[in-house]
Amino acid sequence: MNLEQWFKDNEEKFSKSGPNGKWHESYHAIYTFFYNNHIKTNTKVHIRDGVDTKRYMVLVIIALMPALFFGIFNAGYQARLSVGLSVDDYFAVILAGASLVLPLVAVSYGVGLGIEFFFATIRGHAINEGFLVSGLLYPLILPVTIPLWQAGLGIAFGVIVGKEVFGGTGRNFLNPALTARCFVFFTYPSQMSGEIWTGVLNAKDQIVDGFSTATPLAVVAYAEKGSDGMKLLEDAGFGISNLIIGLVPGSVGETSVIAILLGAGLLIFTGVGSWRTMVSALVGALLMGFLFNIYGDKDSAMLGLPPLWHLAMGSFAFAVVFMATDPVSSPTTNTAKLIYGFLIGCMGMIIRVMNPAYPEGWMLAILLMNVFAPLIDYLVMSYKTSKRIPNLV
Amino acid sequence: MSFRNSKEWKTFTEPIIHANPISVAVLGICSALAVTTQIIPSIILMLAMTAVITLSNVIISIMRNIIPSNIRIIVELVVIASLVILADQLLKAFLFDISKALSVFVGLIITNCIIMGRAEAFALSNTPWMSMWDGLGNGLGYGYVIIVVAFFRELLGSGSLFGIQVVPDFIYAMGYVNMGIMLLAPGVFILIGLLAWLENALKAKGGKR
Repeated sequence: MNLEQWFKDNEEKFSKSGPNGKWHESYHAIYTFFYNNHIKTNTKVHIRDGVDTKRYMVLVIIALMPALFFGIFNAGYQARLSVGLSVDDYFAVILAGASLVLPLVAVSYGVGLGIEFFFATIRGHAINEGFLVSGLLYPLILPVTIPLWQAGLGIAFGVIVGKEVFGGTGRNFLNPALTARCFVFFTYPSQMSGEIWTGVLNAKDQIVDGFSTATPLAVVAYAEKGSDGMKLLEDAGFGISNLIIGLVPGSVGETSVIAILLGAGLLIFTGVGSWRTMVSALVGALLMGFLFNIYGDKDSAMLGLPPLWHLAMGSFAFAVVFMATDPVSSPTTNTAKLIYGFLIGCMGMIIRVMNPAYPEGWMLAILLMNVFAPLIDYLVMSYKTSKRIPNLV
Repeated sequence: MSFRNSKEWKTFTEPIIHANPISVAVLGICSALAVTTQIIPSIILMLAMTAVITLSNVIISIMRNIIPSNIRIIVELVVIASLVILADQLLKAFLFDISKALSVFVGLIITNCIIMGRAEAFALSNTPWMSMWDGLGNGLGYGYVIIVVAFFRELLGSGSLFGIQVVPDFIYAMGYVNMGIMLLAPGVFILIGLLAWLENALKAKGGKR
């Protein structure tokens, strides 16, 4: 008996009036996960297309794959390097990385999907496919060192308070993955804003002398006054090419600009992610970076760093490509997307550079602009309608 | 059952459940943010608050027919301020440590919009007897929320209750960490939001929304 046959045989049982009607939504979600949705729109207006939210979200998952695989490799690379093991054996490196990263992914999906199915069953609404993406985005923006129970608590908070409270995917005004990370960030500050972000393979292992576990951002943010940020980074082994390739400590998926750009290409090509948001955020960040260079205090390592370096380190690329373009929490109109992205770029840069308490600003910047997104949309639309020539004079 | 159907009972319970000043009307959030990191100060603040709101309601209700309406706010303020100073002095005299922990927030009871709101909305147009019940109900409605919030904040944020550590050491040894956010203001917003959600869900289930 094949799978499709099984679904067909049991369709009656799981229909809303059937004996297992309670599980109708769960059944439907799993069915459409494997097969094309056979429920089509009855009325005339809609374009009939197999691309539902699930297919749409799967494209984002594919776009995330390079970042995920690189993240796994990098986690293993950093972990083996820190204890003085050889990193030439790629198989061992990937194995080590997988043992650090995959549990995070599993916890994120397990806890998050559990809550999604729970709410859908209680409330009788459809399962929100949006979580397929949130559940993968979330582990990618966590440091590998985070304890799993904290990660689980965070995603539970993100899904419940960031999304389900407002009615599920499409009604949330904050990005659930970022809400979850924000919660963990403020709840367990010592695990999230610490400088040691290299996963430990074996509790008994000693970190070898001379190995720096500090992230590039921490190197610059906690530099002494009067030091040159660029030189500090190069001394710590974080040259610009290395920052772009991404073999540096950091959150799982954020380190490699190249892997993220691959994903960005797919998102823009398929039209799933908005290039307007990405480009305007880039412009905003570059502009702020130049302004800091020109007018900033010359003694500060952070202020003096050229903008291109800012783009390469930390989570700028990941945040702008995958977080800011979230179709639900970003604005709808094209002009609003430009404004929204630009403000994210400026704001994230300001938080990163000016605020010593938070070495990274994109999470807070995007969440802040998420809140403003409906307002920007409203202003843009009311401006445009005011420009219209009235039909009746 | 006549007791439960009396007007007094209704006036008393209405602000605790259906018109709760914090979780329904979202008033008095400042003090709820500030003092609820521990339970004991919250209980003291609840008592002070209940005493002040009940007495102010009664006094203003007694005077309601002689207060000229264009200076009523000033009269109300004078009454409330006197009561707050009284409460503050009493706490300083008998519970100095807790008074220090509450710092300005006893004095700031006066700015708590709940008291002024009840004086305006209820005491000015009702008898002293009913106003007393309304004041008690509002004070306890406020108190119940801040104590629930303080319970979770102290338990999750410091791992203790009433100042005594309740989360055993071996759990910390296993890697448990206190939730830092619970000691910060956002924790209160989250807790009050969740509490309001729970209350609404229960009310919706009872069909009394």
